[in-house]
Amino acid sequence: MKEEREKHIIALLVENKPGVLARIAGLFSAKNYNILSLTVGETTDPEVSRMTIVTEGHPLIIEQIVKQLRKLIDVIKVMDLTEVGEKYVERELVLVKVNAKGESRAEAMRIAQIFRGNIVDVSPDTLTIEFTGNEEKIEAAINLLKECGIRELARTGKVAMLRGTKSLKIS
Amino acid sequence: MRLKGFEIFWESLIREGVEVVFGLPGGAVISIYHAYAKYRDRIKHILVRHEQAAVHAADGYARSTGRPGVALVTSGPGATNTVTGIATSYMDSSPVVVFTGQVPTSLIGMDAFQEADIVGITRPCTKHNYIVKSTEELAKTIKEAFYIARTGRPGPVLVDIPRDVSTGEAEFEYPESVYIRSYNPNIKGHPYQVKKAVDAIVSAKRPVIYAGGGINWANAYDELKMLVEIIQVPVALTLMGLGAFPGDHELFLGMLGMHGTYAANMAVTECDLLIAIGVRFDDRVTGKVDDFARDAIKIHIDIDPASISKNVIVDIPIVGDAKVVLSQLLDELRERKNVNWYEKHKEWLERVKEWKKKYPLKYENSDEVIKPQYVMEVVSELTQGNAYICTDVGQHQMWAAQFIKHKYPRHFITSGGLGTMGFGFPAAIGVQAAHPDDLVIDIAGDGSIQMNIQELATVKQYNLPVKVVIINNGYLGMVRQWQELFFDRVYSETDISVQPDFVRLAEAYGVKGLRATKPAELEKVLTEAFEHKGPVVVDVHVDREENVLPMVPAGGSIRNMILAPPRTKEEDDRIKEAKPLDFPS
Repeated sequence: MKEEREKHIIALLVENKPGVLARIAGLFSAKNYNILSLTVGETTDPEVSRMTIVTEGHPLIIEQIVKQLRKLIDVIKVMDLTEVGEKYVERELVLVKVNAKGESRAEAMRIAQIFRGNIVDVSPDTLTIEFTGNEEKIEAAINLLKECGIRELARTGKVAMLRGTKSLKIS
Repeated sequence: MRLKGFEIFWESLIREGVEVVFGLPGGAVISIYHAYAKYRDRIKHILVRHEQAAVHAADGYARSTGRPGVALVTSGPGATNTVTGIATSYMDSSPVVVFTGQVPTSLIGMDAFQEADIVGITRPCTKHNYIVKSTEELAKTIKEAFYIARTGRPGPVLVDIPRDVSTGEAEFEYPESVYIRSYNPNIKGHPYQVKKAVDAIVSAKRPVIYAGGGINWANAYDELKMLVEIIQVPVALTLMGLGAFPGDHELFLGMLGMHGTYAANMAVTECDLLIAIGVRFDDRVTGKVDDFARDAIKIHIDIDPASISKNVIVDIPIVGDAKVVLSQLLDELRERKNVNWYEKHKEWLERVKEWKKKYPLKYENSDEVIKPQYVMEVVSELTQGNAYICTDVGQHQMWAAQFIKHKYPRHFITSGGLGTMGFGFPAAIGVQAAHPDDLVIDIAGDGSIQMNIQELATVKQYNLPVKVVIINNGYLGMVRQWQELFFDRVYSETDISVQPDFVRLAEAYGVKGLRATKPAELEKVLTEAFEHKGPVVVDVHVDREENVLPMVPAGGSIRNMILAPPRTKEEDDRIKEAKPLDFPS
């Protein structure tokens, strides 16, 4: 059962209450599931938060994860975006503080430009660049910037949404 | 009507129909206890001597009635002492509502005296839990707690009440209904799945039913019996299911799994259709999962979608309440008129009967020493299935499961999932509180009973006539058995023959104590105990190294059972010469 691992993006609508994040994180640790990333934010309804969890495991484990999440009383809706068979958009935001002295300054700025990053902070020795994109783009940008020397890195984790008219909402 | 939180608490419980609360007071719930004086005519409180026992008692109450049991304890250690009880009821899906006191909201997080984050601690072992943030929310929270505990797959719910919430004031109106948008258990089975299941039943040649605790929680025993009798199919029950189908029925195979009967385990192994109802494919049942009913089509009826295809992948899942889904199955079966069920299964039933006859549960009785299995047979004979049998955990539990005829649902109360030693006695207190006029027996081990023996004071105080039958072999017997069979007979730290004189200990609590050491006196002693009006402790000295058999080694396939004790003659001699129990004088 170990070999066949899949990466899944699961979107949830949950009650915006204290302790809900702990319940979900606790479920993953108690049942030995993996969390690759987890993001939370309020929706248009202030009583509801949307959570995006990226997880990895055998398809049967993924199925269990979805069922166990649904079982939590404060979880309103769960959708395995990878499973529904529709296309989805995924994005992540990352802030990278790189060494930017001498030649690396120009190099870092070029990389920022190629990946449509924004330079959000400048100092004599460093540049801080913001990138948004899917995993491949973010990874590619980070890899190239390693040449310049990355001082600090902060990633948000993924958010994702189905393409087209279908959406995750409370019925 | 404006009420104080401590009044709202009791008013809400009364409106939930709570008859009895098991609890132990402390600082954080002192005002709730103070207010109790006003409500004592309408609701009974049983003061336990340890908070773990309060939850087990509430659990026993719930298991024997189907209604939520209630425990009330203070903050900090009072709350943490409930954790084993809560985890026990969680594993066996028992509806228990536990109220814990908490330090005032202004002190939460300050490491205040007797502060513990009990909501955090119990998050993974409750169905849901709450901390009440204001007196206004108290009634609604209590309503939700009971609703969540008893609906869907039942389970424990904890409500943490800070002291200022119970002393604060709010407008009281008990909600009439509950709506939780994220919680809507599915009750009715999907009609298409029901049809598919019936198709599978119609075409099966060797079907078997594997049913469990879900039958009890759904009150689905009549439907189960009807199904069995219509389609003529043998039934194996899990430990939690015992009593959900009459133990003296000819289609009953016995318990399946690690200590299951040969017939039950072989029927499941050889069947071509497994009808699983209210069960969760626990490892103690399945043994090696890949081998479990390997060639069978599997139907799984369960209220909890997460139970389905968790351990064993099933072909026809039906999510719903067992009673409702079984009724749907029965309706659908009535449409299929042309099946001669008996003819269809005749060959299979013959084979199963052969297994039952060839390898029944057995043991070698003795005139010298009391065999534990014999104790169970005598208990069974004396009570005829009418008594509530509670157990602790270990060898005695398995013998009670195997050798007592469990005829009626909700009469066998045991910790299956968590396997909590110390469960039986306090659970029996809860059962007795719910059924004051019925015979309630706790079959205990000498190890288990010492884990909650302080409750002798509780049965004395309320004159709860629980009969505690200690199957005393001076060992942590199940562990010793594993050591004998799988760990080179090194009995590492399992000899507990240094033990109190249980008769005198009972007497010290003011409870009647009896002892049986010879087979000839057993029936007389047990009869005397069961006829006694008050609580009794019976210390039964049994064969020290008797084993629970059959046995499937952990992780093994259930088709490979150890049927006979693998002992040499020298071993037998050594056991015979083993020292008798040694009491400190």
